[in-house]
Parts: sequence; C-alpha cells; structure tokens
Amino acid sequence: MEIIDILFTASFWAAAIRIASPLIFATLGELICERAGVLNLGIEGIMVAGAFAGWMAVYSGTALWTGVCVAMLVGMLFGLLHSTLTVPFGLSQHVVGLGITLLATSSTYYAYRLALPEVTSPPKIAAFQPYEIPILSDIPLLGPALFSQTPLTYLAFILVGVVSLVLYRTPLGLAVRAAGENPAAVAAQGLSVTAIRMGAVMVGSGLMAVGGAFLTMSAFDSFFFEMVNGRGWICIALVVFGSWRPGKALLGAILFAAFDALQIRVQQTSLGTHVPYQIFLMMPYILSILALILMSRRAQVPAALMVPFNKGER
Amino acid sequence: MTKEAVEALSLNEITKRFGELTANDAVSLSVNVGEVVALLGENGAGKTTLMNTLFGQYTADSGTVRVFGETLPPGNSRAALDAGVGMVHQHFTLADNLTVQENITLGVHSLLKFSLGRAAAKAQILALSKKFHLAVSPDAYVGTLSVGERQRVEILKALYRDVRILILDEPTAVLTPQETDDLFATLRLAIKEGLSIIFISHKLHEVMAIADRVVVLRHGKMAGGVKTKDTDKNALAAMMMGTEATPPDVSPAKPGAPLLALRTVTTPDIGSTPGLKSVSLTLKAGQIIGLAGVSGNGQAAMADVVGGVLSPSEGQVVLGSETAQKWTPRIAVQSGIARIPEDRHKTGTIADFDLVENAILERYTSADFSKSGWLNWSKSRAFADAIIDKYDVRCPGSDTPIRLLSGGNMQKLILGRVLEANPQIILANQPVRGLDIGAVNYVHSQLLAARERGAAVLLISEDLDEVMALSDVIHVIADGRLSPEFKRGDMTPAQLGLWMAGQGFEVDIPDAS
Repeated sequence: MEIIDILFTASFWAAAIRIASPLIFATLGELICERAGVLNLGIEGIMVAGAFAGWMAVYSGTALWTGVCVAMLVGMLFGLLHSTLTVPFGLSQHVVGLGITLLATSSTYYAYRLALPEVTSPPKIAAFQPYEIPILSDIPLLGPALFSQTPLTYLAFILVGVVSLVLYRTPLGLAVRAAGENPAAVAAQGLSVTAIRMGAVMVGSGLMAVGGAFLTMSAFDSFFFEMVNGRGWICIALVVFGSWRPGKALLGAILFAAFDALQIRVQQTSLGTHVPYQIFLMMPYILSILALILMSRRAQVPAALMVPFNKGER
Repeated sequence: MTKEAVEALSLNEITKRFGELTANDAVSLSVNVGEVVALLGENGAGKTTLMNTLFGQYTADSGTVRVFGETLPPGNSRAALDAGVGMVHQHFTLADNLTVQENITLGVHSLLKFSLGRAAAKAQILALSKKFHLAVSPDAYVGTLSVGERQRVEILKALYRDVRILILDEPTAVLTPQETDDLFATLRLAIKEGLSIIFISHKLHEVMAIADRVVVLRHGKMAGGVKTKDTDKNALAAMMMGTEATPPDVSPAKPGAPLLALRTVTTPDIGSTPGLKSVSLTLKAGQIIGLAGVSGNGQAAMADVVGGVLSPSEGQVVLGSETAQKWTPRIAVQSGIARIPEDRHKTGTIADFDLVENAILERYTSADFSKSGWLNWSKSRAFADAIIDKYDVRCPGSDTPIRLLSGGNMQKLILGRVLEANPQIILANQPVRGLDIGAVNYVHSQLLAARERGAAVLLISEDLDEVMALSDVIHVIADGRLSPEFKRGDMTPAQLGLWMAGQGFEVDIPDAS
C-alpha cells in the first residue's frame, strides 16, 4: 500500500526525472555513436571527466553554462581520441573504449589532486537551481515533477527531440544512420565514412560528458570520486532497451530512474525495516535486466555496429 | 570509334596492385556517349578493380581517369559522382534500415542542410521509376525488398544524381532471365537518353545482346577489344580464356543404389530467405545431381540439410535404407557425407588455423588423427602434406595460416580434404565460385572422377552453364520448392528461366524409391 502511495507523490516523480537527466544525456551520446557504427565503452570515464571538468571550470570562476561547454569540450577531446583509434585505425572498439574509461577516470583523479592538493572535503559550487516554469508548474503532480527542474534537465529533454529530429529528418542524420548500417553505401554516395563516424563519436562523447557534469553542477554541487558509479554502463543497456531510438531510450531512462527513486523510498517504509537494504539497491538493476530481456528481442541493432570500414580494401 | 563520336570517358594506362597481385596492368579503355561497352573477363580478371578505380573507391598506382575531358582526382568517389559517373555495385551498397527514398537521397543534399526535401525527392523518384520502368515504392524499407528490387534502387540512385556514365558490375548475376530482360529494357531507355554504359559480365550471351563493343580483360591485362557485330560467342570465349573453351567431356552416368534421400523435407524460412517446402530428392551412387536456381531460393537450406547443419522440421532424411533418427553435422560426416561449403572463408576454413589444422577440421576425432583424446600431429601433418602434393596447393608450407592462401588454393585444400576421405556422398555448394579457369576445370574433373568412383554428388550452383555441363540429372529450386527432374539438354533456357522464377511447375515428383 505504501508503495502505491509513493507512486502518487510529486516528490517521487521529481526525483525520478532528476535521476534520469544524466542518463538521458549520456544515453543520447552513446546512441549517436552506435547509430554511426561505433560502440563507445569510454562512456563511464568520459562521464567522470565531464563531471570534474564542468565543476572545476565553475569553481575557477566561469559561468555555469560555460562550465557545461567546458565539460562538453573535454568529452569531445576524449571522443576524438576514441574515434581516431577506432575509425581510421580500426582498432578493437572494446579495448579502446575500456582504455578510454580507465584513462579518463584516472587522469581526472590525478587532475583533481593536482588542482586541490590540500583539501580533505571537496569545495562546493553554486550549482544550477530549479526553475519553475510559469503556469505549467502549477499543474498538480505533473507540475512539480516535470516543470520545477533545473535548466539542465530541461535541456536533456529538449535534446531528445533535437537528436530525434536530426537523425530522422536531416541529410546528416540519414548519413549517420547509413554509416551504422552499411558504410559501403555511404562511401558509394561520395561521403566520407571516416568523417561521419568520427564526428558522431565526438558529439556523442560531448553529450556523455554533459551527463557527467549534470551530477556535479545540478544534482549535487561538488565532485566526489566514484560519483558516476556505473551510470555509463547503465546507459549502454538503455540504448539497447530503446532499440537505438531516442524516444524509447528516454522512456527507458525514466523507467530506470523511477525504480531507483522508488527503492530509496521503499527502504524507509515498514517493509524496509524487515528486508536488508541491499535487496532494494538491487531492485532497479534486476528490473532493468527483466525489461531489457523483454524489449531487446525486437531491437534493431545497427548492422555495422563495431565493424570497421576501410576504404579501398578488398 | 567513328569520327563524330564524343568521348565520354577514358582510362589511361591504369595499374593497380594489391600487395604482390597486380589486379590491373596498364589497362586503357574509352567509352563514347550513348555507347554500351561490355567489360568481359573471368572471375579475378580485374574487371571490378578497374571500375572501382574509375569510381574513385580505389586509388590507382598509376594512370589517369578522364571524364568528358576532365581528369578526375584519384580515390575520390564524390568527384566521380559529380563528374557524372554512377556505379551499381555487384554487392549492393544499400542500407537495410533506410527506405528506398532515403537510400537514394543519401549524400545528395548537403549534410549541413536541415531539410531533406522529401516531397520533391519522392516526386522525382516516382517520375524516374516510371520513365525507366523501374517499379519500386519509395517508402519501402530496403531490408524488405527482393534482390531484383534492390538492383532497381541502385540504378535509381545513379539516375537520381543524373549520371551520364553508368557502370553496372555483374548486374545479372542475381537475376532471373526475365528480370534480366527487364533490366536490358531499362538500359536501352537509358541509352536513348544519351547515357553511356559500362556493363561488366562474364556471361557471353548477355554481352552479345546488350553491348556495342566488348573489351576483354584477362589476368588484369587487356586481352582485346572488338565490336559485337564483328564477333560471336565462341570468339569472345576464346579471348576471355586464352584458348577455345571446351566443356568437360562427360560420359553417361551409371547410377547405382540410393545413398541419401530427403523425404518431403520442410525447413523454416529464415527472414526473407525461403526454407525448403516439402522437398524430396534421392542421391544415387555414381550420379551427379545438379541444383540450379537464382541465389536465395532455398539452396542454403538444402545444403544445410544435406550437410547435417539443419534438421528438417518436417519430413525425413534417409541414409541408405534407414531413416535417420537424429541428424547433426557429426552424424552426417560419419555417414560419409563430405562437404564443399559455399563460403570457404566463413564455413569452410578457420582463417588463422594452419593448413594441417584446417585439413583435419572435420575429422579430427577419427582414428586417423587422434587416439584417446590426443591429437596425432605427425599423422595430421602427413595428411596435409599429401593433400598439398596431390592437389597442387600452392603455399609456403603446411604450417602457414590458411588466410594467406589465394581463394583457389584454399578451395584445393578443401577439395583434397573432402576427396581424400573417400566420401560416398559429396555436397558441392558453389564449388568453383571465384576461381580462375584452370582451377575450375580441375575442380570439375575431380568431381567427375569421384562420380566414376561411385560417389553421389549434389552440385549446387548459380551458374547454369556449370550445372548443365556436369550434372546427370538436374532440378531447379525456386522459393524453396524443387522442380521435377530433367536431363541435360531436355530443357530450353526459356523454360528453365520460367522455372527459376518459380513458375511453370507445380508438383514435386514424389520419391518413388
């Protein structure tokens, strides 16, 4: 009963949307990479780097939105490294991706220690504050949940539409989707597969970094080690869950976030006093696995995902 | 070339090497406006390489390409397209997850433009498809189209860009005779519009039918050029192969006992590829049964069932006189079935394994090569060396990874592996695909020798000439159904074409034996 009550509180849904936001950014980023045919396992590390870069920029005195741009830029740099190794050189996308994650994570921690050698607890910044959209935020339940979020959350939702529009309605999106399905088709039309794939990986990595930056600049106001905590890997699963479509991936992100928000609240109910809290922590992951099993049966994998393309090779 | 002819295209002394292999050796070619030039040659003669160089997909080691007098920058497909060169690749360059229209307009608009201009594009595609008789729906997803339809999309792709020179790489390889006629009708319309066409083929009658002029490539070199009205098929074949072509000498078969029979075998469809539909077939000792048909009509299912990879969902497999209870690849091999698989790279060999390992791949558990779970390497190596010797496999040694061998030598190793086991039943699926004429003749003679020895051979091939030349009994397979059997020479090509399109035969002959 208590669980049903939780489902009808605005604070629960507000929390779900907040938890979903970084996942939406990073999932969109991964989706763009994979649509172009590149699996980007650097996502976890790029999120860490983005979280640090955005926060550090703001801590050093730049504006919040400049911080977001700095995070994006850092993400794109890692994307450039990833795509240089995987696209023109055609190296294993698994090895390069995991390597990028290790490199980005450890170089971030190193940079943190270099920048702040003395501190014991990380300093705080003035993070993004919730902005209540006039009129819309007055709608019961929906208003506080959807329209009293920080600007970065609104940006995440707007980006779902933008990415969808670009992928399905523009020549560029067409080229990206074709590059992930049959790169030979792209080459035969006189386009550069290398440029399209590298561009997609860079933009996608930039979005992943913004997803990380959401954690330090909107969800919290500080940077901790381990704060990304596997969210990147969840996003990889969310792309599959969404069958490589932005709208469905958004649904997946909200669903996962809702499970996560729910388990925290269920821990505080009478049920929580009898059951070990670890069980609740597992819940979103178990439910995600179940949902994945159901959804991924009909998933349409880009046919050339993880297949390098070398022009002029026979 | 007549004096008033306008030159559309010229290739000057194109040389292209892949490592040790010289695929094109100083090849020159010119095409006039409104002319159809056929590029004729065996597999591996360098036809596709030459066209890919022209189209900017390969960069030539030397030589230049000129289109309407302008020299094209090397290795730039975009420049080739902009100059009016379009290419229909043998392996279609279409993305299955996109619609016909999306595939056609891909890359035509600037990537920075925000709109796709869908309505105008659709109207133009429909107009082109009407004008050139290329029926296809712009909104259909390419993944759902048949091979013939995909080819129409490929041609529309070129026409939509308003190309002036159209290259078609083996366009008829995947078509039924009727579809081929339709294609030719479309091409004639295109010529009327002033397009020039380069038509790559190794089918002589098609070349004679459509081309004004024929250029023959042999082993990467120009072997000659001639106007079609001044030549005939035999002369072309001689130019192509370097000698007068002689079909293998086949003596009448003396069929013996039935060795393997399929009784009303049905297998599930896989995607758009049909499975078998209540197929009955008996393989007899000392007989070659040929299976003709357009690719993707159930040949793969047939090969899988005979090879034990696929167990029928309905019907039985009968070995000798006993119905097989279980049907797996191991049982098939143990029952004396040897397989020459369709794709020697994918299913025939393991690329990084050496020749010894590949030679024993199917029978490593037999007493010849292992004992109580331990491999006997010295016997295995002797076996591989024997094959290399006897079948003239050109290689640095038996410890070479097989991926370093040419297709022909790889096929010889597979052939040796198959024949040295003295199989009762041989499944030969596209046994000569991609081989040069010498290797083809060798494989054919070995299959005939196996027949003489009393083996039953099932020959699956998309090359009608090959089926007709070797088989004692022929069936056509279309949409997973098997036609009644007929003997070599009993059918006209027109009748066969109808059957291959799945028309004109209704009943399978029930298995009498």
